[in-house]
Amino acid sequence: MAFASPNITAVAVEATEFPDLARKYHVSGVPKTVVNDDVEILGALPEDAFVEQALTASR
Amino acid sequence: MSLLSPADQQALREVFQQLSRRVRLLFFTQTIGCETCVQAREILDELPPLSDQIVVEEVNLVLEKEKAARFGIDRAPTIVLAYDDPDSVDAIKDSRIRFLGAPAGYEFGSLVHAVLLVGGRASALGAKSLERLAALDKPLAMQVFTTPT
Repeated sequence: MAFASPNITAVAVEATEFPDLARKYHVSGVPKTVVNDDVEILGALPEDAFVEQALTASR
Repeated sequence: MSLLSPADQQALREVFQQLSRRVRLLFFTQTIGCETCVQAREILDELPPLSDQIVVEEVNLVLEKEKAARFGIDRAPTIVLAYDDPDSVDAIKDSRIRFLGAPAGYEFGSLVHAVLLVGGRASALGAKSLERLAALDKPLAMQVFTTPT
């Protein structure tokens, strides 16, 4: 997705190595995606649904 | 001694033949207080022998603050995927894809996938998604939390 728009950055965070970040974003299961510190996406979603969810953070 | 089996090395060598431009793995590290930096470096070092198009460049987070700031990096280990852009004068382009932590286990597969994408492979996303994302006019900072298994 980061490659599809210059406005997107994508960071894969290894939760056990950065427990402070995992705590901050209440990560209790993986994968968990946090967009703009605002929208949370739990687990893996179909592509359309994932993009839709992620874009709600930009509204 | 390689972390990868000869069969895996060969498979990666073949898949990396798709790389149409040079991928730079900027490895932000620090000597003290980074338990997984050595492991991360060992994993990254597996890749350049498998393709001329992959290079690893180490950046010391403490000593090279300016470079770290330019890429917005404040933790180690962080891997920033960048690439050479033959059409641009500023040589190295940031892909805006990063890995925080050692890319072990399942994350190694994600790293390989990201290297291929940054190295010029077409996006795996559908046309509709690409269109929607291209129309985005605000920053979207995505963090995907994973575990090493």
